[in-house]
Amino acid sequence: METLTIKKEKKTSTAPAQVSGGVAVLEAFIAEGVETIFGYPGGAIMPIYDALYDYKEKLQHILVRHEQGAIHAAQGYARVSGRTGVVFATSGPGATNLVTGLADAMIDSTPVVCITGQVFAHLLGTDAFQETDVINITTPVTKWNYQVTDATEIPSVLAKAFYIAGSGRPGPVLIDITKNAQLQMFDYSGYNKCDHIRSYRPKPIVRKEYIEEAAKLINEAERPFVIFGQGVILGKAEKEFKKFIEKAGIPAAWTIMGMSAIPTDHPLGVGMLGMHGNYGPNVLTNECDVLIAVGMRFDDRVTGRLDKYAKQAKVIHLDIDPSEIDKNVKATVGVWGDCKETLPLLTELIEQKVYPQWLKKFNEYKQKEEGKVIKEELDPSTDILTMGEVIKLLNELTEGNAIIVTDVGQHQMVACRYAKYNQSKSNVTSGGLGTMGYALPAAIGAAYGDPSRTTVAIIGDGGFQMTLQELGTIMQFKPNVKIIILNNQFLGMVRQWQQLFHEKRYSFVDITSPDFVQVAKGFGIPGKSVCKREELRSSLREMLKNDGSYLLEVMVGKDNNVFPMVPQGRGVAECVLCKEEI
Amino acid sequence: MQKKEYTITVYTENQIGLLNRIAIIFSRRKINIESLNTSPTEVDSVHRFTIVINETEDVVSKLCRQIEKQVEVLKAYYNTEDEIVWQELALYKVSTDAIAEKVKVERLLREYGARAVAIRKDYTVFETTGHREETDNLIKALEPYGLIEFVRSARVAIIKGSSDFHERLKEFEYKEPGEDAIENEFLDKKDEVFSM
Repeated sequence: METLTIKKEKKTSTAPAQVSGGVAVLEAFIAEGVETIFGYPGGAIMPIYDALYDYKEKLQHILVRHEQGAIHAAQGYARVSGRTGVVFATSGPGATNLVTGLADAMIDSTPVVCITGQVFAHLLGTDAFQETDVINITTPVTKWNYQVTDATEIPSVLAKAFYIAGSGRPGPVLIDITKNAQLQMFDYSGYNKCDHIRSYRPKPIVRKEYIEEAAKLINEAERPFVIFGQGVILGKAEKEFKKFIEKAGIPAAWTIMGMSAIPTDHPLGVGMLGMHGNYGPNVLTNECDVLIAVGMRFDDRVTGRLDKYAKQAKVIHLDIDPSEIDKNVKATVGVWGDCKETLPLLTELIEQKVYPQWLKKFNEYKQKEEGKVIKEELDPSTDILTMGEVIKLLNELTEGNAIIVTDVGQHQMVACRYAKYNQSKSNVTSGGLGTMGYALPAAIGAAYGDPSRTTVAIIGDGGFQMTLQELGTIMQFKPNVKIIILNNQFLGMVRQWQQLFHEKRYSFVDITSPDFVQVAKGFGIPGKSVCKREELRSSLREMLKNDGSYLLEVMVGKDNNVFPMVPQGRGVAECVLCKEEI
Repeated sequence: MQKKEYTITVYTENQIGLLNRIAIIFSRRKINIESLNTSPTEVDSVHRFTIVINETEDVVSKLCRQIEKQVEVLKAYYNTEDEIVWQELALYKVSTDAIAEKVKVERLLREYGARAVAIRKDYTVFETTGHREETDNLIKALEPYGLIEFVRSARVAIIKGSSDFHERLKEFEYKEPGEDAIENEFLDKKDEVFSM
C-alpha cells in the first residue's frame, strides 16, 4: 500500500509530459530541423506513423513506392541541401530494402538517418512476422546503428544519430526501434542535441607542423597539381578551396564526387579525373611533381593501376578521415583535418604563383581530347543523336544553374563529362557504389532539398526501369522533376566493355523498354520522345518550361562508346582516346 | 613486407554489437583472426579487445585505423610480440589411470608447470598458462598417453610501454582536448611503437 501511494505522489508531482516513443521520435526530428521525411509505413512502425498523424502540419512526409526509393530520395535531399536526410521504414522487408541505399550513402559519405520499426522486444529472435536482424544486416553499411527497446532512450539515441550522421566524415545511421518502445509512454523532459561522444572524434585539432610541411612542398613545386573530391563540398569549404587554388595558381581537377565544388568553367579547373575523366588530368597526374589531394580517397576508378600512379610525385593528402590517409596512396605529408580549417591555414603559408607553362600542357591535352573525342560527341557528323549533344543543349538552356542527378552507366559519364555547373551541390550521382536506379528517387529528394532550383534527372533506359515505380511518388506529391531518358536500347556501359574487352560477345545487354512516354502518361506525367536533332532543342525547352514534372526520352546512338578511357588494370597515363588505341 | 604476428589492443565502450562491427573489419578483408578476447579494463565502463592476427605491418596499421573509425572505439594499438607481455591458458583432460600408472606423465606435467584443477576417478584436468609454444609442447608430450581433450583460451596481453589509459580517457571526455592529447599522434610519431 505504501509503495502505491508513493507512486501516485510521484506521478502528480512530475513536471515532464508523458509522451509515447513515437512522439519522441518526431519531437527529435523537429528539434533537429527536419522538414521532410521519406518513408513507407508497415506493421512494426505503425505507432510512429500514428504519432505522425498529429504532426502533419510540422513534418512533411513523402510516401515513396519502395523503401529503396525512400533512402535514395533522402540521399538526394542531403546532397543538395547539405542537411541530413531522414527515412522511415518498417521491419523485415522494409528494412532490408534500405540496404542498397545505406551502402551507397556509406561509400559516398551522405548523411542519412533511417528509422526502422522492429517487432516487439519480447519477440526478438523468435522469427516473428516481419522480423529481420536489421542491426547485423546493416552493420557493414552504416556509420553507426543502434536498436532501441526502451522509449526512454529515444531522445538521447536520436541526438547521437543526428550528430554522428552529420559530423566528421558524414554517413548513414540506422536506428531500429521495437514496437513496444514506440508505444511506451514515458516522462519526456525535452530534447538535448548531442555535441560530444567520448569515443568519437569527428575532426582533430589541426597540427600546424603538417601545414607548414605541406606549404613548403607546394612553394618548392614546379608542376603542382590539385585533385579534389566531395570533401570540399561536405566540408562546406568551396570558398576556402577556391581561394587556395587561386592564390597557389595550381590547376585543379575534380573527382566525380567533387564536381561542382568550383564552377566547371573556372580558369584553373582542368576537368574530371578517372576512368572516363578528361585526358589531361589523367595523363598529367603522372607528370606533376607535387600532387595535392583534397577531400578525396584515391578510388581505383580515379587511380587506375596503383603501382603506376603518380610515382614521381610527392603527395600531400588533406582528409578528415585518418583511415584514408596512406590507405591507397602513400602520402608524403598527411594533413588530417577538416579542410574548412586546413585550407585557409595552407593558403596563408603559400606563395602567390602562376604556372603558365604547366597550364599550357593541360591545354595541349585538352586540344587533343577536343579533336578526337569532344567535337564528335557534342557536334556529331552523323544524323545519330549523341548523349553529349543533349547535355550540351541542356547546359545552354539551363545556363549551368540546374541540379543534375544522374543514374549509373554511359549517360552518367557523359553527363558528368559535359555538364556545366555554376554552383556547388549541383551534381548528384552514385559515385562509389554505382547504384543503377539511383537517379529517379534521388532527383525527387533533390527537388525537395532545394525547390527553388530546376532538378533534371538524366537516366539510362536500363536504370530507369529499376526504380520507375517512383513515378507514382511524383504523381502523388508533385515534386518538380525533369526526367531525361537517354535511350540507347542497350545496357550501354556493359555493352561497351563487352565490345572492347570481351570480343563483342554481347551477353544480355540488349534490353527492351516499354513506351516510356506512355508509362509516364499512366502516372499523369506529360512526356515526349525525340529521335531527330531538329526536335531536340525545342523538346528540351518544352520540358524545362513545363509547369511540373516532365519526361523526355531521347533516342541516342545504339553503339556509341564513352571515351577517353583508362582501361582497367592500366595506369592513368595509358588513358586512350578511341577504341583503336586500346 | 613480411607477415608477422601482431597483437591488437582495442579500448572500447561496452556496447552490444560492437564485437560484430570489429569482427567484420577482418572478415571483409578475408583475414583470419587467430585469437580474440574481450575483457573489462581497469576503467569502469571501458572494455578491451585483444586480437591476434598474422599480417604485414602495413595491413595491421590500416586495420587499426578502420577499427578506430568505429564510433564506439576509443583507441586501437598494434604491437609485435616483443612489445607485450602475454599469456594464454590451456586445459588438458587426460585419463586418471594413465597418470597414476605412468610416473612419466606426472614428471612431464611438473616440467611444464601444469597443475590439476579437477581429479575424478576416470579423468583429470590439468591447466597451464604460458606462451603458445609452451602449451603446444605439452600437447605433444601428452599425446602418447591419451590426451582426451584440449582447449586453449584467447591471448591476453599487456603492452609493455603503455601509459595510464585513465589519463587518456580524461582527455576523451573533454570536448576540446589539449594539443598534447591523443590528437593526431599517429601522424606525429610515424615510426614509433604507438604509431596509431
